[in-house]
Amino acid sequence: MRSMGGIAGRAAATLLAAGLLAPVLSLFLTAIQGTGENWPHLFAYVLPQAIQETVLLLAGVGVVVVVVGVGTAWLVTAFDFPGRRWLDAALLLPLAVPTYVVAYAYLDLLHPLGPVQGGLRSLLGLARPRDLVFPELRSLPSCILLLGLVLYPYVYLPTRALFLMQARSMIEAAKILEASPARMFFRVVVPIARPAIALGASLALMEALNDVGAAEFLGVRTLTVQVYATWVNRSDLPGAAQIALAMLAGVLALLALERAGRAMRGHAGLGQRSPPMSRTRLQGGKAFAAMVLGWWPVLFGFALPAGYLAEAAIRRVLASGLPPTLGREITQTMLFAGGATLVTAVLGVFVAASSGLVSPLPGRWLSRIASLGYALPGTILAVGLMPPLALIDTASAHVLEATTGITVGLFGVGTATALVAAYVIRFLTIATGATEAGFGRIPSSLTDAACMLGSNRIGALVRIQLPLAWPAILSGGLLVFVDCVKELPATLLLRPLNVETLSTHLYGEAARGTYEDGAVAALLIVLVALVPVVLLLRTSGEVARRPMAAIGQNAPDAIYARSPSGAEAR
Amino acid sequence: MKVGPSNVQSWCGRSRGIGRHRQERFRRPRYPKQAEFMLAPQPVPRLELQAVCRRFGHAIAVDSVSMSVMPGEILAILGASGCGKTTLLRIIAGLEEAGSGSVHIDGRRVSGEGIDVPPESRGVGLMFQDYALFPHMTVLANVCFGLRGMPRPKARAVGLGRLREVGLDHRSNSYPHVLSGGEAQRVALARALAPGPRLLLLDEPFSNLDQETRDRVRTDTIELLRRTDTTAMVVTHDPSEALRIADRIVLMRAGRVVQIGTPEEIYRTPATPFAAAALGDVLALPGNLRGNAVDTPLGRIPIDCPTAARKVWVWLRPEAIRIGPSGSGTPARVLQSDFDGARRRLQLAVDGLEASLVLSVPAGDAAALGDRIGLTLDAAEPCLVTDAD
Repeated sequence: MRSMGGIAGRAAATLLAAGLLAPVLSLFLTAIQGTGENWPHLFAYVLPQAIQETVLLLAGVGVVVVVVGVGTAWLVTAFDFPGRRWLDAALLLPLAVPTYVVAYAYLDLLHPLGPVQGGLRSLLGLARPRDLVFPELRSLPSCILLLGLVLYPYVYLPTRALFLMQARSMIEAAKILEASPARMFFRVVVPIARPAIALGASLALMEALNDVGAAEFLGVRTLTVQVYATWVNRSDLPGAAQIALAMLAGVLALLALERAGRAMRGHAGLGQRSPPMSRTRLQGGKAFAAMVLGWWPVLFGFALPAGYLAEAAIRRVLASGLPPTLGREITQTMLFAGGATLVTAVLGVFVAASSGLVSPLPGRWLSRIASLGYALPGTILAVGLMPPLALIDTASAHVLEATTGITVGLFGVGTATALVAAYVIRFLTIATGATEAGFGRIPSSLTDAACMLGSNRIGALVRIQLPLAWPAILSGGLLVFVDCVKELPATLLLRPLNVETLSTHLYGEAARGTYEDGAVAALLIVLVALVPVVLLLRTSGEVARRPMAAIGQNAPDAIYARSPSGAEAR
Repeated sequence: MKVGPSNVQSWCGRSRGIGRHRQERFRRPRYPKQAEFMLAPQPVPRLELQAVCRRFGHAIAVDSVSMSVMPGEILAILGASGCGKTTLLRIIAGLEEAGSGSVHIDGRRVSGEGIDVPPESRGVGLMFQDYALFPHMTVLANVCFGLRGMPRPKARAVGLGRLREVGLDHRSNSYPHVLSGGEAQRVALARALAPGPRLLLLDEPFSNLDQETRDRVRTDTIELLRRTDTTAMVVTHDPSEALRIADRIVLMRAGRVVQIGTPEEIYRTPATPFAAAALGDVLALPGNLRGNAVDTPLGRIPIDCPTAARKVWVWLRPEAIRIGPSGSGTPARVLQSDFDGARRRLQLAVDGLEASLVLSVPAGDAAALGDRIGLTLDAAEPCLVTDAD
């Protein structure tokens, strides 16, 4: 494709890139500006513990997601047992439960006065809560377990796809060499799956690092929580920026892991066609053991919390009707998420269409920059976004006052603009990836034909590419929308005063300890988040039937599009 | 074209493909006298390429290609896949940038020396190998796509007219996916012709059709191009197609032009053994060049340019060899006789020839296995002579 594009296109691309990079740049500038008077305090009391807890949390979550993700993927691809097809699909369901929602649900479920402990007590004939020795839920191990329970699908999905696509010949070779099942699993299966594991684990860990709700509810003082606390409680933006910079190192490490996963994926030859693996049929006790092993993540990661939320929500509604603020919160959530989705979709089309637009730079540089935002945890993003927005505010106020004499209020900080900007920066790569995939499926001869018939590039985009890539753009928009609804940390920090979305409402109820009031909001979030999972289920059924077709099709897109270098994967 | 013995085309080359006086007559027209020039100015070529090059990394796709197309001409670019012919087409269309060299359309520079006119402004039409019909538009909307800047009713009328020309006006409201291969090809043709391009480029336009439809669609297409006086460049890998449809053929190999000429010239007087083999069956006979003739096992061939005696290869079309009864000409024996429908392929052992000779003859001239026959050389037929080593 020849490079085309006028000065306007280049200017727009440069402007967008500047906007996308602004948070990271301003983070450095803010951190430098800090007086450093908090450093002794930070170094002595905050950072060591925060870094330690963050590292432990990430390591623990990493182990859980890899063990559960690879184990379940192997279980459903290598064995056959009653209900395997259902399990195959159900293992994706925990993807619909955001980390803070699962923590929220379990806190209430396992509360000393909650149903589980109460049931145990009556079973054991104990009268007082303190008579029952129950492990403390507000601890690092339970945080690790809960995050792992909802994040393992990030590993499960790519690993399963890899097993389905190319494991067969190697595993059969190992079988012929009479390797024992254990030896086969650790010497053949795991090494084969390494690229998918690295890819999935890095995505899961990015989510874990981004999490602010679960960690705070469970009393784990991670870096993310400290950034939030430093800013909100101590009103110390430079201090928050300094902690955020420390986190950025973690982000870069995860990006490196993710990139390594992709590189390995290249040499592992994911594109090889291989007939589906012949599954070993399990009978009797073995089949039962497989079912137990397979279903427990679904049970604890989805069924239990979602079922409990549904029950609690119904109880709450029957007892005292819908929460009075719910309608407004839904409207506000929809407005923010919808607005951000619209902007993101438009920019995603621009980024996808601009590959090759700015000829002196490598073709996909803009989409690479767009992918950075997804790796930035919401808190870091919010901290980094603040100074540029303030700058725009003062500049525009000065300009307006000087030219028109009108004094205007804030335009950026603490307004819907700030929140939408954060959503756009964070989720742009999802829209870009989906649109690029959609465009990529259009034969290049169609756009060439439009040019030969007198259309310029814009004309070809509007008349050919957009109408044909419409479904892909829509599905990308849906993913963005759902992620905006689920988003907590940036929303918490950037929302306008007195504005509550479903997620911040839930956070507030949990912070106040009034769990039952948040159940309706939590259930709504889970229901919204189920929509893309159901779509994923439909296409992942396709993965099982036609492994080859799934590459570059929607199933991996949904997951890979979320990843920082997703654009490159295809 | 019957050529007398005195102007037999023969080349006594120092290397392969020497002496291209025939094709040079086309490439460099005889310069007209001053008076002629003033009376009848030289027509401006519709398309002129000068030393066009394009490389992808280290691979050279198009290597210094120069040629021109006159208005109303149908030119075929013939070559195996990967010889750079499609890249050349895309450079002319403006979809691919030329690395160096220049492209002129109607005397206006559209590519080269810092100029690069975008494809939509070149007035060139392109018909794609896969037709590239827009799947979300009706047949009529496809055809009208290039008629922008025209009032809608008028564009509709023009589009319908183009569809009528290819006999598909009854399909105007269908969508491309319901069309048969032949219909899709005709819609693509109508769409490419609708804006009235100065030059129409066709990339393997008939390769996606099955044998039966191909002949009919090909005849119809060429007939339409002639009727509308369209200047066209057809890329093809099929020599018989190139011979049949083109006014002139450009034979390409590995990014370079091997020979340019009318089908007859390029078939009868190929510039190199490669060119000879590219356009049809060719036989190679060993010979001894002596004085102004070559002695071959099948007889003596006179040539124009006497040189020192040496061993040569003589490349002939099978038509140059006549089969007669035993006793006439050089004796030969039939080793194998394969019936092939209209024709029969004979494998012959010829006296004085080490390798056997494969000859395709009309099936009626049947010769059975083991038959003895005689071969004579028609010295009037042109041949190509190259050094033996």
